[in-house]
Amino acid sequence: MKLLSCPLNGLRNISEFTYGGEYHPTPDHRTTSSRDWAEHVFFHDNTAGIVIEWWCHTPSSFWFLAERNTLTDEVVRTFTPDELYTKPTIQHEPKPETTP
Amino acid sequence: MPLGLLKYGLTKKYPAKHHFTPEKALKKHYDVVIIGGGGHGAAIAYNLAKYHGVTNVAILEKSYLGGGNTARNTAVIRSNYLTESGVNFYSESVKLYNNLSNEFNYNVMMESRGQLTLAHSDAAIRSFRWRAEVNQHLGVRSELVDRQSIAELVPNLNMSEDARYPIMAGLWHADGATARHDAVAWGYAKGACDRGVELHQLTEVEDIIIANGRVNGVKTNRGTIHCGAVVQAVAGASSIVAKKAGIALPIHCYPLQAMVTQPYKPILTPHVSSPQVHVYVHQTSRGEFVIGGGSDPYPLYNTRATLDQRETLSAAALELFPFLTQARLLRQWAGITDMTPDYSPIMGLSPVKNYYLDAGWGTWGFKATPICGVTMAALIATGKVPDLIKPFELERFYRFEQINEAGATAASH
Repeated sequence: MKLLSCPLNGLRNISEFTYGGEYHPTPDHRTTSSRDWAEHVFFHDNTAGIVIEWWCHTPSSFWFLAERNTLTDEVVRTFTPDELYTKPTIQHEPKPETTP
Repeated sequence: MPLGLLKYGLTKKYPAKHHFTPEKALKKHYDVVIIGGGGHGAAIAYNLAKYHGVTNVAILEKSYLGGGNTARNTAVIRSNYLTESGVNFYSESVKLYNNLSNEFNYNVMMESRGQLTLAHSDAAIRSFRWRAEVNQHLGVRSELVDRQSIAELVPNLNMSEDARYPIMAGLWHADGATARHDAVAWGYAKGACDRGVELHQLTEVEDIIIANGRVNGVKTNRGTIHCGAVVQAVAGASSIVAKKAGIALPIHCYPLQAMVTQPYKPILTPHVSSPQVHVYVHQTSRGEFVIGGGSDPYPLYNTRATLDQRETLSAAALELFPFLTQARLLRQWAGITDMTPDYSPIMGLSPVKNYYLDAGWGTWGFKATPICGVTMAALIATGKVPDLIKPFELERFYRFEQINEAGATAASH
């Protein structure tokens, strides 16, 4: 792999990118035990084959995901995080009623 | 002796002895199965057979003896680490290395040449001072040295103040050494096979049989074996093998590349490394300059060599040793490293009963080979985790008790 296709900037030299680790859904911090947190933080699948991982285009600080084969070093595709994450719907606190 | 050698050379019938087990069928049952026939696997088998009387042992190697990362590392032996656990562990290994040729009656070509790590910044000097204090406290020969001492230790080093990163000070580690990596694996395997251990090459473990949380045997491409205990010593494939036993590990596999020049006359005695320019250089007893650096920038299970790394390593090596400008490269290769979050190994018990881990060997595996054999064999034979490797257990990550050795690498990764 000498070039990587950034969803924002197109095909760029690999030296412009930073590897950001395997993709894992983040556990819910309110319900996760510290043992499960340790597993989420430290443990890896380390798969020999096709994996989904985070990459960052360093000059533009743009984070995206890539499907890559860790045996052949071939990139299957790159995509933006909104394929895996839906935008959170922001719920506004109801305004306290003010008495006139 | 010379006359004996002459007689030996002139006899028609060389009394050549097989070092290792001749090819034969696998037995149905072994007391201990060792997955991985590298230096570590052979060392564990050797210690089991010689010091614990456990000889019904099989080493299963998917390729050939010492053909994995044992053949691919750059054979640096040192103990100038940063944590108490790390220094105690590696210094014990250096002591064992010093006596290894006598132990085997087989020459592993151990040479104590010393290791010099270079500081090009105030921050590096501070961390070296810290390491030197920790090392000296624990009985390891390690000291901070100034520019003049560096020039005396390595006269051909570029000490120019006009360099991109001028050398400011160094960490001199007199215990630093090198040995022939193949001989280490062969010496251990020979000693083990002489005592009844079976080495089975071209034998790949395809699955691990577990019942009621306890390991019962392994399925290989040559049939199923039952056994009392299994130890995996397969750096570079640790996650893949552990997964067969249902164990997840905190490891990412990165290639680590190195290269050698053509052989030249002896001119460089110690190992010289620089975490700032990401390179380490030493000259083998054969005369080649070995040039290595940091791991590749992202994980991969592929030992290809890249032009990028060749350029980076060459530039860094020339910065330190401009006289290498005319040197020609002979070859470049990669090994697969098991990088752990804290740059320390994962050794000892696993969640599966009687299944032992010898994993997480990133760039520190070769130097730990002898102590790894001693401690892992003691664990398997007695079931008790030796104090020296207790801190390296897998459970440390769940307790957030990492042993951070990231600051003690030779060329920073």
